[in-house]
Amino acid sequence: MISSLLGKKIGMTQVYDAQNVLVPVTVVEAGPCSVVQVKTVETDGYNAVQIGFSTKKTKNASKAELAHAKKAGLDNAPRVLGEVRLTAAPTLKVGDVVTVTAFTEGEFVDVIGVSKGKGFQGVVKRFRVAGGPAAHGSMFHRRIGSIGMRQTPGRTWKNQSMPGHMGSERRTMQNLRVVKIIADKNLILVKGSIPGANGDDILVRSAIKGQGPAKAAKA
Amino acid sequence: MNQIINDITAAQVKKDITPFKVGDGVRVHTKVREGDKERVQIYSGIVIARKGHGIQESFTVRRISYGEGVERVFPVNSPNIEKIEVERESENMKARLYYLRDRTGKAAVAVKERENRTQETAAAS
Repeated sequence: MISSLLGKKIGMTQVYDAQNVLVPVTVVEAGPCSVVQVKTVETDGYNAVQIGFSTKKTKNASKAELAHAKKAGLDNAPRVLGEVRLTAAPTLKVGDVVTVTAFTEGEFVDVIGVSKGKGFQGVVKRFRVAGGPAAHGSMFHRRIGSIGMRQTPGRTWKNQSMPGHMGSERRTMQNLRVVKIIADKNLILVKGSIPGANGDDILVRSAIKGQGPAKAAKA
Repeated sequence: MNQIINDITAAQVKKDITPFKVGDGVRVHTKVREGDKERVQIYSGIVIARKGHGIQESFTVRRISYGEGVERVFPVNSPNIEKIEVERESENMKARLYYLRDRTGKAAVAVKERENRTQETAAAS
């Protein structure tokens, strides 16, 4: 069994937990993901499974995509394909389906997605530079300021914060608690926010760090 | 709002809330946990705001306690709220009664009460 699923961000809401505490949650539609391809050390040099989520209209899928899906016994090509690296040879077979039951309530997960694009932004928004005074004739409002010293070092340091494109980056939110799993609707409720806009594709995986008491109980 | 989210929260949204509106004098019965024991605490005052919708709906109750203004915000759908009693019904026309914060003395609790209700009941009897 693997503990990664492709899915879609639905949106945020709040739910009351067993202690009557109002918890902010993000609703994620995860899976069902079918295994499209199995990679092993013998065939590809590493162990992994390729999983697919959602479907593409047949008219929008290329012949290669359709044939690839057909090998896994699917009628339509998956809209999203993702690969999950494994340390041991995969026990899953092509055509198997992974659902939200791969996760348990109370467990910690990481959610990976692409953050909302902010366009070209200045340093105040992009790097939280303080900026200058707003008034009293300062003429230095949201500017970047000095970017270096003098003849020594005679250049600008790397990673100097400057204006540029912000957002639309792959981001991981680590250690989000699974508040609830609604298996018949393929939904997971995770505590807190996740990257991206509603409807964006995301990847949910079992948390790599800080699994906490949930995983200790499992093992 | 998203239909999937509505379905998730629908079970936790209370359907039998006593109807109350901004300006009403209310008594909010809240469950308080002290160790293993649970008791009911009553907080009474004037509703000065009601905002949000669905599971996120909340209301603010303002009262003058020992000469000091106190405001508490309650989630409408909280399981910790046992019931809400309406003591005084208001005839207020505003959605937010934040102006009460600037008032002192008697004026601080002066919200126009609904009169025709008492007249109606008087006429009926």
